[in-house]
Amino acid sequence: MARTLTFKIFRYNPTKENDEPHIDTFELEETPRLNLFTALHRIREKQAPDLMFDFVCRAGICGSCAMMINGRPTLACRTLTSDLADTIELYPLPFFKLLGDLSVDTGVWFHDMAKRVESWIHTGKVFDPNVEEERMDNAVANKIYESERCIECGCCVAACATAQVYPDFLGAAGLNRIGRFLFDPRDHRGEQEWFELVSTDIGVFGCIGMMACDDVCPKDLPLLEVFSYIRRKMNSGVKVAVKELDLA
Amino acid sequence: MKIISTEVLVIGAGLAGERAAIASAQAGLDVTMLSLVPPRRSHSAAAQGGMQASLGNSVKGEGDNPTIHWLDTVKGSDWGADQEVARIFADNAPIAMREMAHFGVPWNRVEGGPREVYIKGKKTTIVEDHAKEGLITARDFGGTAKWRTCYTADGTGHTVLYAMDNLAVQLDITIHDRMEAISLIHEHGVCIGAIVRSLRDGEIVAYLAKATAIATGGYGRLYGESTNAIINEGTGSWLALQTGLVPLGNMEAVQFHPTGIVPTDILVTEGCRGDGGLLLDVDEYRFMPEYEPEKQELASRDVVSRRMKQHMLKGKGVKSSYGEHLWLDLRHLGEEHLTTKLREVYDICMYFIGVNPIKELIPVRPTQHYSMGGIRVNKDGHAYGLKGLFALGEVANWDMHGFNRLGGNSLAETVVAGKVVGEKIAAYAKSAELNANVSLAEKFGKEQTDLIAHLLNNNGTENVYTLRDEIASLLTEHVHIFRTGEALEKAVSGLKSILDRVKNVKVSASAPGMNPELSQALRIEGMAKQAYIIAKGALLRTESRGAHTREDYPARDDKNWLNRTLAFWPAGAEEAVFKYEPVGPLDLPPGDRGYGGGQMVDMDLTLEEYNAKVDTEQTTLGKHPTIEPMGVRLPKEAWRAESPYKDAK
Repeated sequence: MARTLTFKIFRYNPTKENDEPHIDTFELEETPRLNLFTALHRIREKQAPDLMFDFVCRAGICGSCAMMINGRPTLACRTLTSDLADTIELYPLPFFKLLGDLSVDTGVWFHDMAKRVESWIHTGKVFDPNVEEERMDNAVANKIYESERCIECGCCVAACATAQVYPDFLGAAGLNRIGRFLFDPRDHRGEQEWFELVSTDIGVFGCIGMMACDDVCPKDLPLLEVFSYIRRKMNSGVKVAVKELDLA
Repeated sequence: MKIISTEVLVIGAGLAGERAAIASAQAGLDVTMLSLVPPRRSHSAAAQGGMQASLGNSVKGEGDNPTIHWLDTVKGSDWGADQEVARIFADNAPIAMREMAHFGVPWNRVEGGPREVYIKGKKTTIVEDHAKEGLITARDFGGTAKWRTCYTADGTGHTVLYAMDNLAVQLDITIHDRMEAISLIHEHGVCIGAIVRSLRDGEIVAYLAKATAIATGGYGRLYGESTNAIINEGTGSWLALQTGLVPLGNMEAVQFHPTGIVPTDILVTEGCRGDGGLLLDVDEYRFMPEYEPEKQELASRDVVSRRMKQHMLKGKGVKSSYGEHLWLDLRHLGEEHLTTKLREVYDICMYFIGVNPIKELIPVRPTQHYSMGGIRVNKDGHAYGLKGLFALGEVANWDMHGFNRLGGNSLAETVVAGKVVGEKIAAYAKSAELNANVSLAEKFGKEQTDLIAHLLNNNGTENVYTLRDEIASLLTEHVHIFRTGEALEKAVSGLKSILDRVKNVKVSASAPGMNPELSQALRIEGMAKQAYIIAKGALLRTESRGAHTREDYPARDDKNWLNRTLAFWPAGAEEAVFKYEPVGPLDLPPGDRGYGGGQMVDMDLTLEEYNAKVDTEQTTLGKHPTIEPMGVRLPKEAWRAESPYKDAK
């Protein structure tokens, strides 16, 4: 028999005078293969026309719809209600700026992160349209792609103990982005440059190793592997720094 | 009202918009990008399979060149394309792929030596050339003579968009996300910017610019059942149409992709079939070779979708509670392939429909996927009818796709048009003056605030979501793969009455801020009018060409219909006005596509006679002069050197 689902949803509209954060409760008949994308739209269109949330691709690709679902950060579009109990609690992701109800400003945070880690290929080369592309080993391309698959949903940062304490922490997403460029032979940043960027409390040494990011990443990025790679690289960076010190 | 001025305003920050913004930034111009969503969440990110470019590095792409790519594209378009634009595209695509490699895309590369692949259902060994080791490789896609589709696993759009946005961040291009342009500011036939609504707090802002470019993607969501992201509601094409000056081209040319999954309508890439996936019916019988012995599963999308529908009409579909479907079989490709090169597909099947493609068949059916039609522009991307307005990417009707686009050609178009048109936009902005006409901006802004006040406070009874759903049903039921005069009449009259009801939309949510219901209500008139143009344009076009299939007019009619539909909606008019123009200069004479069958009515003009009238007739309809004369980028009869023509007498 079809279930009646109870949704307890966090509500707060910062643009509305005197609004206070509160929980609204909605009931919805469950239909086969119902996911939270469809469920939230049904609630908005029939019960709460001002309910705010974000979806774009609704296919687990764009990273827009991360929220706390029964206390766990994950993508709403690919969460089936059949995997959840009768009562479903929805909260916005913590850490990010709240725009309203379940909508948070991940875009601005990730844009800023990209600036901080200089998320682009650092090369002195100028593109020449008349020359064959630089060759790359396919295994290297695949390795870069593994980290490049991050969809910036923010689940890792929302689940991160360090990020809740240090708002400047780059988070798993930031460290993964650094890994992506460290793997890339086209990027000519030297170990010293990386060392200065990463070897601080907001970088790789801020991570206290609880690895909730790894548990919640919807794309199953190899975060553990990327972090240990960065740490190893940074240790060799330390050696370089120490050597320079010896010479002085 | 806040007023922001910039030199170049780019509305839409997916691949085409960002690439164009970069071209202007590199030319030293001040650029501002607006986007409904953070740029990396644009629908470009969802493109899986790849980008066509004739690099010819894979052994199965050996001998490829831009002429062969161009030939495939023109045939794929069913001769509806502007052949010169298709040529500009094919010539620039290899350069654009290399440039994206330079910007950081981790393209899959050639690995020398033997490997096993599936071709036409058979396991075959191909041997990649060791000398090409490490160059950008390619996979097979539909309607192509060569393996030409460059890819990064099945996350191509994602990696290219991330590389592009990285560059935009590096160049420090201003991005205002969660901003929706709701009207263009213009006077005396010149566009000077846009009125924009913030989706954060509802504020209305005017942006003034020397040049304005629209790159907002397609209108697929009008169909409801679509593979498109939910933001693809035709917002950009509506901006142009509502000026009353700019026509939309070929809106009836709508692509249905063979493999949307059932239910949810999420796309699984054409790369599935390119890599050897097969289509099966209710008896698990592989039916495509019967219909298309040469191309089989890899005919062009319009043809495969038509054959699937035809086969289901014969009673060979699989019945389900979500309607009829067919099967996509990837099981033979094996676990390794499915969890690496087709990993997104694997994830989508597992998460959304609980199907494991390693062991199980995937339920699929043809689903709305791409908008060939859009804002009509000349080869520089300059919109007809309004100076200073440009459009590119899926929102534009540039028109390299004609009545059917090949897989892998749209993602490639975004970066090629972004570069080519982007440079034209920069050139225009460099020579233009900023028209800081504040009172004009105030006037256009007031129209929008009045409209918002009306939507919130009127006594109407129409619900915006109900109207949206009714528009979707009319299109899905009557303006789908197979079309008839009778069904199209129903759609047209149904949409006509919806147009009346749109005036009575009342927004029930009064909360300040992003107000999602108000956002939808601001889009609904544009959705209704564009749906009307699609249906009416399809009714008027009494022939079958590419994705536009009339059961009552099965022949492609080059005598009467080798033209492009232009739909205008003059200010205050009750009805759209339909006009027609030549498709562009012809070099490859209309002929057989080599797949799809079908009848043809030959044109009665010579190519010279046809070409002689192109420029004048297009100019009459609002085409601006182009930087280079028409036709100079179309090398005469280069195709004669290529198969199958070189073997012909």
